Amino acid sequence: MSKSLAPAQSSLRSWLLVAPLLVFLTAFFLVPLAQVAVMSVSDPEWGLGHYVDIATDGFHLRVLGDTFLTALIVSLCCLLLGFPLAYAMAAAPPGLAAAMMVVVTMSFWTSFLVRTYAWMVLLGSRGPVAHLFSWFGFTAPELLFTRFSSTVAMTHILLPYMVLSLYGVLKRIEPSLPRSAASLGAPPSFVIRHVVLPLAAPGIVNGLTLVFVLCLGFYVTPILLGSPREQMVAGVIGQQVEEFLAFGEASAMAVVLLASTLVVLGLYHRRFGLDRLWG
Amino acid sequence: MTKPYLELENLAKSYDGRTHALHSVNLSVAKGEFITFLGPSGSGKTTTLMLIAGFEAASEGEIRVNGASITRVPPHRRDIGIVFQNYALFPHRTALGNVMFPLQMRKMPKAMAAEKARAMLDLVGLARFAERHPREMSGGQQQRVALARALVFDPALLLLDEPLGALDKNLREGLQIEIKRIQRGLGVTTIFVTHDQSEAMAMSDRIVVFEGGRIQQAGAPLEVYNRPANEFVARFVGDSNLLPIRLTDPAAGLGEVAGIGPVRVPAQPGRQAGDRATLLLRPEAFGLPNGEAINAFRMRVGAVVHFGDSALLIGRAGETDVRARLPGLAAQGIAEGTEISLSWSPVSAHLLPAAKES
Ligand SMILES: Nc1ncnc2c1ncn2[C@@H]1O[C@H](COP(=O)(O)OP(=O)(O)O)[C@@H](O)[C@H]1O
Ligand SMILES: [Mg+2]
Repeated sequence: MSKSLAPAQSSLRSWLLVAPLLVFLTAFFLVPLAQVAVMSVSDPEWGLGHYVDIATDGFHLRVLGDTFLTALIVSLCCLLLGFPLAYAMAAAPPGLAAAMMVVVTMSFWTSFLVRTYAWMVLLGSRGPVAHLFSWFGFTAPELLFTRFSSTVAMTHILLPYMVLSLYGVLKRIEPSLPRSAASLGAPPSFVIRHVVLPLAAPGIVNGLTLVFVLCLGFYVTPILLGSPREQMVAGVIGQQVEEFLAFGEASAMAVVLLASTLVVLGLYHRRFGLDRLWG
Repeated sequence: MTKPYLELENLAKSYDGRTHALHSVNLSVAKGEFITFLGPSGSGKTTTLMLIAGFEAASEGEIRVNGASITRVPPHRRDIGIVFQNYALFPHRTALGNVMFPLQMRKMPKAMAAEKARAMLDLVGLARFAERHPREMSGGQQQRVALARALVFDPALLLLDEPLGALDKNLREGLQIEIKRIQRGLGVTTIFVTHDQSEAMAMSDRIVVFEGGRIQQAGAPLEVYNRPANEFVARFVGDSNLLPIRLTDPAAGLGEVAGIGPVRVPAQPGRQAGDRATLLLRPEAFGLPNGEAINAFRMRVGAVVHFGDSALLIGRAGETDVRARLPGLAAQGIAEGTEISLSWSPVSAHLLPAAKES
């Protein structure tokens, strides 16, 4: 079909096809983004003051540090939980694997807020977890509104990305490879360490990058579940806009967050090529 | 046979609990023997290999090596080298890294492992390719790395599952000879799976013919070729003429074949006059008769296929199809559509149980 079109014509046509998307992105994403960038150096007055603040004062640095730390912890938790799951899925017979896939992706179909509220119920002071503690005669520790509760919830929400990243690479490992490793004398733990993990490395890096980047920008979950003392950047930005109307400062934080995300993606791109990130 | 080294006893396997991929297989293999599993696709060859290797659990039966049962030993402790059809080399390791793998699993010091692995790569003719990754090597080279890796730890058994199936004919023949040479040199007990009968004939000490999850026959290549146990084996191993025969005097080896007439076969002391059986004549058993030959008959030549060194004549004797292979020179004057005389010597004939009505 495209053969019959002259190159110029066909490229014109593909531009026309993406034009609505480009217009939409420009109007509702690039323009506001530029406004944010401008605001960060112009509100309330022109200058790099907000950036100097962020780089020097303790509060902003701590928020950034907490955000990165949380994203790192969540990424690692997703890896630790997701790997065995993806491994079992890749090894399962087709029917069971499909069922597991549905369960894993089910949380994709459930609203974000619903999942967050579900954790509030589960971890609340009268929730089942607290009950379990008192059943065994312990007083339940404060679970809600801590770094623990927000980490658990974000891990839950982001786990499917990790599982799908890992499942993709694990499924592509030739079944004869672990078998031949076993026949060559490798016990199961060695097969995983010396064969499965090296071959799954691209999926592991993908999953970690995806979860990390998505986690950096999390807003609702840490606000609703997290500790007020260990806020994440997005939450602080929201607070500054809504409570203090400090648009300039909020914008500068947003730019820093965006830049951090781009740095992570840039590092990934230099090493592996961004087109591989979504599988 | 000498003392058995590998024994399969009543080995059976069902994957789904209803149908059997393998029915009660019994086999004894002597130390150092080169055994070939030959059979059509789906006949249970790989299943048997996977049971021996321990990747599948036997539904019934025992596997013993040197008298000790390994039926419930996990694969990594069975000490069996395997070469898979798709090579199964570790893509993230070099040729040397692949061959060193089993030695590292056995905690051999690195320098020693590297030295041993290099010696094995040298043995398979790949010394210069030690630092290459599998993707930088040809199929034949990868196959040799896989062989080196399966042999470097002096395994109790070597299993090869259609290792040459993906290679072209010339390469295959070269590797057949090479595998045989290496196997002889090391004296390792070997089971080689193939569905190619000429490969089985060329390489084996003994051929085990599989069909329908059962062993149909186990024997030396020429025994299987000359004295197949049943029609399936006769058809699967080599080209064949299978003619219904009625015995008139079994003790004297006399019988009657429709379209050919009275024939002389080896004496059949176990059979009765009037018994029916199937007469196996290999195409190359026929010759052009000189003078008053026994077992002479007329064949109408339908087609002649010249191979140079030999020619295949396809035709009919009465109502019976006949395939005859003659030396190239003898066949040169034979034209399609003519009628010729053929004969065969009684010793080249073999009688099978009569074909079942189907
Ligand atoms: N993993 C498996 N699950 C279910 N059935 C299988 C499996 N492997 C083999 N089979 C069945 O077992 C029979 C024998 O197969 P196989 O041993 O692979 O034959 P071969 O190697 O001789 O071609 C076939 O009918 C095949 O469909
Ligand atoms: Mg097979």
